[in-house]
Amino acid sequence: MAKAKTNVPAAIAGQKIVSDEVAASRGPWSGIVRAGQLLTIVDLEGNQAVDCIIYDAHDTAIRYSAPTTIAGQNNVFLTQGSALLANTGVPLMTIVESDVERHDTVGGACSKESNSLRYGQHTVHQHACVENFLIEGAKYGLGKRDLVSNINFYMNVPVESNGMLGIVDGISAPGLSLTLQAERDVIVLVSNCPQINNPCNGFNPTEVRMIITEN
Amino acid sequence: MSESTTSSTEGARLHAREQVHNRVETMPIIPASAAFDWPPGVYDHQKLWAETVDGGNYTTLFVKRGAIIELTDVYGDACAHLALYNATQTDERLNVADTVKVQWQAYLGPGQLLLSDRGRALASILLDTSGKHDTFAGMSHKEQNEAKYGDGDAFGPSPAGRELMILAAAKAGLEPRDIPPTVSLFKGFYVQPNGGLVSTGSAGAYASVWLRAEMPLILLIANAAHPLDIRNEYVCTPLKLRIWEPTPDSHHNFPAVPFDVEAERALANTRSYLALKGI
Repeated sequence: MAKAKTNVPAAIAGQKIVSDEVAASRGPWSGIVRAGQLLTIVDLEGNQAVDCIIYDAHDTAIRYSAPTTIAGQNNVFLTQGSALLANTGVPLMTIVESDVERHDTVGGACSKESNSLRYGQHTVHQHACVENFLIEGAKYGLGKRDLVSNINFYMNVPVESNGMLGIVDGISAPGLSLTLQAERDVIVLVSNCPQINNPCNGFNPTEVRMIITEN
Repeated sequence: MSESTTSSTEGARLHAREQVHNRVETMPIIPASAAFDWPPGVYDHQKLWAETVDGGNYTTLFVKRGAIIELTDVYGDACAHLALYNATQTDERLNVADTVKVQWQAYLGPGQLLLSDRGRALASILLDTSGKHDTFAGMSHKEQNEAKYGDGDAFGPSPAGRELMILAAAKAGLEPRDIPPTVSLFKGFYVQPNGGLVSTGSAGAYASVWLRAEMPLILLIANAAHPLDIRNEYVCTPLKLRIWEPTPDSHHNFPAVPFDVEAERALANTRSYLALKGI
């Protein structure tokens, strides 16, 4: 992971930078964000899905739950102000700033196996988000049993009135960012999505910048 | 004062044994063939399991491949939260996100599969007379029920779905970290264009869903009030289960359903996986 060198987004101007890294296109990233610290994710080139799972750093059985988060806010879209809740109901992080109107938490992470269903067996050997989560999660003792529902920052998944849903063209753009505040010490696992068979990355996976800051 | 009938081991044993013929509504019926309320045409030799799960209770079932599982909302206020696992390798489990994304559909119905995280079918939905289900909001948690009803313990008057599911999982050797996002049956919700969830309520008494186990399953069911139930009181009524095995002479026991192309591929993946594994 290369060190980023450009200026920080306005949302975190004046904050002390704890770490500032670039997650490689198609690659994993992880970090520990302490309670009160901020994690800013910059969509450097636009429409890059950033798959994300969050764990309580001190008890990883407490982890992000999409259904608990959805029930908690009675809405399927994540927006500025959304509290990202664990399976026990405790808040892990809060979206305190978002340049993009909404983010997805329904569509899950792409996998080699689900690619076989969505696009055909010829895509089974393509790299996928679940692989990134497994690679990065192993650093914390997290395995397949620990991969649960995730967040897809910058991904656009509308639900039609008849229940039809799907990943469609994104609503992000180059340089847009979001900022999360840690409500407790958390492990953040990220897959910088490598999917090339649907529009979640504009058919071109690109780098994203991950900045941890504090007051 | 006469001596208590349970003051001796002999008396206590007699006292215990005399209770065995008691019947309540919410219990397993063993053997299953002794139970009533089977779909027409299911013969005794096909009957595998019969149980009614009370509102605010749970069950853990190990189900053979091919078995048909009928879930019935007896009084119209059951809410069956389901977690499913590959019984031969439990790190393969229900993936709600893949279930809705792969099949391009958030609302469950006949012909849809409950997909695992491995591109395979855990179960298929054969029949659905309810149409009121939810893939978004999962189960309530303890603190939520404490705030809403005053109590959320598994043994209290208003158990949280998650508390019950933790116990159901433990009976299969699974830990809380093994509980994935769940789907729930018999309480409907739809998504507004702005993402808001709106309750469509219940389909009423005696709505049923038939699932077919597409591989050997661990099936965990928590029957608990939906987390977005709009009522201030905890309402959850019994859930009836009937599980049977179709046999060549009973093909009329399950309806043919059309599967979409993605579902067909999942079923093909499942068949190939099981054949290679020798199941």
